[in-house]
Amino acid sequence: MDEDAGSMTRIFKSGAAAVVTKSIGLKPRKGYPNPSVIELECGLLNAMGLPNPGIEEFKTEVIKLKKSKITVIGSVFGSNSKEFTLLGTKMQDAGVNALELNMSCPHAKGYGLEIGSDQKNVEKITAKVKSSVSIPVFVKISPNLTDVPKIAQSAEKGGADAIVAINTLKAMKIDIETKRPVLSNKIGGYSGKAIKPIGIRCVYEIYKKVNIPIIGVGGINTGEDAIEYLMAGASAVQIGSAIYSREINVFEKICKEIKNWMKTNNYKKIDELIGVANL
Amino acid sequence: MNYPLVTKIIEITNENNHIKTIKFEHNKKITPGQFYMIWIPGVDEIPMSVSYIDKNIKGITFKKIGEATNALFNLKKDDKIGVRGPYGKGFRLNGKKLLFVGGGTGIAMLAPVIEEAIKKKLNSKVIIGAKTKNELFFEKRIKETGAELFISTDDGTDGKKGFTTDIAEEIIKKNQLDLILTCGPELMMKKLMDISRGIKFQASLERFMKCGFGVCGQCCIGDGIRVCTEGPIFNEKNLKKIQDFGIFKRDASGKKIKF
Repeated sequence: MDEDAGSMTRIFKSGAAAVVTKSIGLKPRKGYPNPSVIELECGLLNAMGLPNPGIEEFKTEVIKLKKSKITVIGSVFGSNSKEFTLLGTKMQDAGVNALELNMSCPHAKGYGLEIGSDQKNVEKITAKVKSSVSIPVFVKISPNLTDVPKIAQSAEKGGADAIVAINTLKAMKIDIETKRPVLSNKIGGYSGKAIKPIGIRCVYEIYKKVNIPIIGVGGINTGEDAIEYLMAGASAVQIGSAIYSREINVFEKICKEIKNWMKTNNYKKIDELIGVANL
Repeated sequence: MNYPLVTKIIEITNENNHIKTIKFEHNKKITPGQFYMIWIPGVDEIPMSVSYIDKNIKGITFKKIGEATNALFNLKKDDKIGVRGPYGKGFRLNGKKLLFVGGGTGIAMLAPVIEEAIKKKLNSKVIIGAKTKNELFFEKRIKETGAELFISTDDGTDGKKGFTTDIAEEIIKKNQLDLILTCGPELMMKKLMDISRGIKFQASLERFMKCGFGVCGQCCIGDGIRVCTEGPIFNEKNLKKIQDFGIFKRDASGKKIKF
């Protein structure tokens, strides 16, 4: 729900404080053939394959959003620091409020996780982008790593303003009737309820190792889920898959649930919750 | 769950040289206008409106126009396909005097709602339009319902020479209608709405789809309206709010393509 200005406006109006765009590259990309998204027992499995209309066409969507004063985080993916920098400056010119560098998509050859699993690479790309833009830069990192906090530290060294954790988990579903993987790309990324404990663990570990804010993401369906992420160390959260389980107004529902929980438990500010579980 | 139920093809009918109907076992309830995501293992998964509705057997009718429909066209009886759904919202028969307009393959998904209308004893007129006589199908099926049938072909090889909208314009002038239901090329449907003189209107829209259950955003139109979830059937009030209607669609990358 974040490929065009219309859908992002709807999400914003449904209670989100900001919207993150679909990851945008330099050129139009069709992504993988269907099936590209299916539902499994405890979440969604997808291999969209980074479909996007390319930055030049996408700029017009951002400009439309900015006219309605919507807070936009522009997500970009590239195969090297040059591409990331070019995309970052173009996004900034279009008017986004912050950048998110996708270094964690688990199923696109030459992009995402393939870039984001190398510490030096992460630091270099972040530093190059940081030196060419004036807006905040976030780095979205993967849980498909042996040492998640190390990559977060590399992003911090490169000058990142925040860490976004986590992206989807590499996963597969085989259909036993047809004896083949269901997704056309075979391997995809798992999101939704099932991955929440993994996201919580990653945020918790990262919080201990970095001094920049963390945006928690992965399996948040309720206000309580969001509070769990805050306690692990997140300062904000992102929500995607819950749109299918709790409809588009999941954003206002979750905000309400957070407020209710805080009221019941005598909390006045979100800040009082951030990282409290890190004993 | 939004996961393909694998089922065997139990019957295949050639409607004409380019159009086939495939029937399969599927016992979930479906309303005319709703659709399935049909998985052709190893090839693709595509949205397909239902064209035959029986308690345990459902059917889809399609033209071979691309890789997926070509593969589907070549399947044999007993071959396996995956079926997800039904998805979206179907037609609502909220009127007594109805006009159905099917352009191209549009009549495939209108046929079951026409049959439902006749069952409910609603006055039903049907226009089927095609480029040429050889591309027409379902005329017999519609005639058998007892609905009043009109045919148009672009080249005049059958019925009236011209477009469905030419016939529709005359019918609208001479009759008091409650509701127009249509499926076909978007420009045809747009024209039809323009000449509908404020009659209630329902059109079935087609957009590139991926998830089918409202999460991926691929099929969004207007202000974030999901064709797969809030559609594919839209009424005149909603269509007027959708700036894209009859103007552009998006390809798999999200790039705008003008009609």
